[in-house]
Amino acid sequence: MTTIAIPHNRRGRLRAALSDSATMTRRNLTYWWRSPEELIGSLAFPLISVLLFGYVFGSAMTVPGGGDYLDYLLPGLFGMTMVFGLVITISAVVTDRERGVTDQFMAMPISSAAILAGRSLSDMTRASADLVVLLGCGFLVGWRWRGSVLDAIAAIGLLLLLRFALVWVGIYIGLVLRSPDSSAVLYPLVLPFAMVANTFVAPALMPGWLGVVAEANPMSSTVAATRELFGSPVSTGQTWMADHPLLLAICWPVLLLAIFVPLSVHRYRKSRH
Amino acid sequence: MTNTLPRPELAVSAAGLTKRFGSTRALDGVDLEVRAGTVHGLLGPNGAGKSTVVRILSTLLRPDGGSARVAGHDVCGDPAAVRYRIGLAGQRTAVDDMLSGRENLEMFARFYRFGHAAARRRANELLEQFDLGDAADRRPKEYSGGMRRRLDLAVSFIMAPPVLFLDEPTTGMDPGHRMDVWHAVRALVADGTTVVLTTHFLDEADNLADSISVIDQGRVITSGTPDELKSALRGDRVDVLVTDSSDLSTVNRLLARVTGSTPGIGNDTRKISVPARDKVATLARIARALEDEKVAVRDIALRRPTLDEVFVHLTGKDNA
Repeated sequence: MTTIAIPHNRRGRLRAALSDSATMTRRNLTYWWRSPEELIGSLAFPLISVLLFGYVFGSAMTVPGGGDYLDYLLPGLFGMTMVFGLVITISAVVTDRERGVTDQFMAMPISSAAILAGRSLSDMTRASADLVVLLGCGFLVGWRWRGSVLDAIAAIGLLLLLRFALVWVGIYIGLVLRSPDSSAVLYPLVLPFAMVANTFVAPALMPGWLGVVAEANPMSSTVAATRELFGSPVSTGQTWMADHPLLLAICWPVLLLAIFVPLSVHRYRKSRH
Repeated sequence: MTNTLPRPELAVSAAGLTKRFGSTRALDGVDLEVRAGTVHGLLGPNGAGKSTVVRILSTLLRPDGGSARVAGHDVCGDPAAVRYRIGLAGQRTAVDDMLSGRENLEMFARFYRFGHAAARRRANELLEQFDLGDAADRRPKEYSGGMRRRLDLAVSFIMAPPVLFLDEPTTGMDPGHRMDVWHAVRALVADGTTVVLTTHFLDEADNLADSISVIDQGRVITSGTPDELKSALRGDRVDVLVTDSSDLSTVNRLLARVTGSTPGIGNDTRKISVPARDKVATLARIARALEDEKVAVRDIALRRPTLDEVFVHLTGKDNA
């Protein structure tokens, strides 16, 4: 009979939680590494969009206020990829629950914090890798940022901040979803969220009410802010929200985090014991 | 909430556990006591509540009422302390399909605070013990059902915890591997681990369990050692195996006359069995009568009831 040493002080608990988070992150990343079809799947749409809209429809698209459409488009695709990440998080959480894996982890001396931290760390690593691929692709088709390097870094930071907020939204949705196959309907559900935004066209060109909805979409704020920071063409908006993208690109994700971190942790603890 | 007195010699104690799922009453006041260092079997038909009991005791489910202590700690009051002292092999396989068998074991060993080298060593030992050496570097999705089950069990055996819960451990396994699992469980218990197992193989409970609780419709309807349960049925029987099936009706009439009860004839065997109220005396009377009538039989034996018969008697259901 063996008992594991129970960490009895704060430092021991912290070390255990860090080690568990690292093991959990590595496990989650191995998952994707070994299913390349899924890796390609989430990047396929943004990559095809670069080609389609950049070359095929691009000449037909006009940017209000003028400017190159490709410059306008790419930040939109970066934002869209962050939003699609929501599906990645939800399906990972649902898959683990469906099979007994979550149960197994929960009956083990692993802190809930470590399980949740592992999820966010791996999903953020994945998001960073996705962004690197997209940026590289952008460079290939001739996109460049026109602002300073610091501004570019800030823009990437804002994109990852949105993704981080969506990790927690995804964890919560993954924990409350009942039907095991409901994750199959996620892309169609997330698609409008990624489209009714300033991704491809300026909300000002949409019917009035839809334009307002599009500008109120948290993703629009992030995309507009990154356009500003990358020095891409910026579409003028019709609402206060569209005029303050930088502020909202920080406030929206922080608000989402303030709501969904406690919700997810509570839900997780409740489902555990 | 009722209070359970902490008794140190009990590895598991539960009192008045209740649990509802919607309108279904899954547990309706389950009491359980398992002495440390023993194997306790939970028997019952499907849907009786066995797995719910295991999920509550392994801190995966909060009971609506009642209380339970596992390895000295309250499962509701201090679930984290319980988790440091238990192992669980749930009914659903919990291994990762994307990781090979070896990687699965190493990952779970890491969660049990093994260093990298120690995790690798323990994984190798368990792969050997559960006859998974050849499949170690393949992914479980290529495994057969029995192999997956063995990998699951190997995970729950990574450390020998004070209390180990096994929910239908040998379902889907061939007889040889079932014996291996029984052997592994006995070795663990010899080392001081307390095992609580659910099973619907009555021979498994008979072979492995020191004590048994029979659960039906969310209640423990009886508990005791396998011998006590069999004795309580007072159902010793005499089995007569005829040489020629044409003798069946003769023997049938003879047994009915001697014992005064209706014999049971097996469907496709040549075996007849009757209750032996006076045990050896009944056996002797039957043997004498057979000799008098000059009926040659292949075999005649007095036997205790099987757990199957106890089970059918108690629950009115076949355990299949």
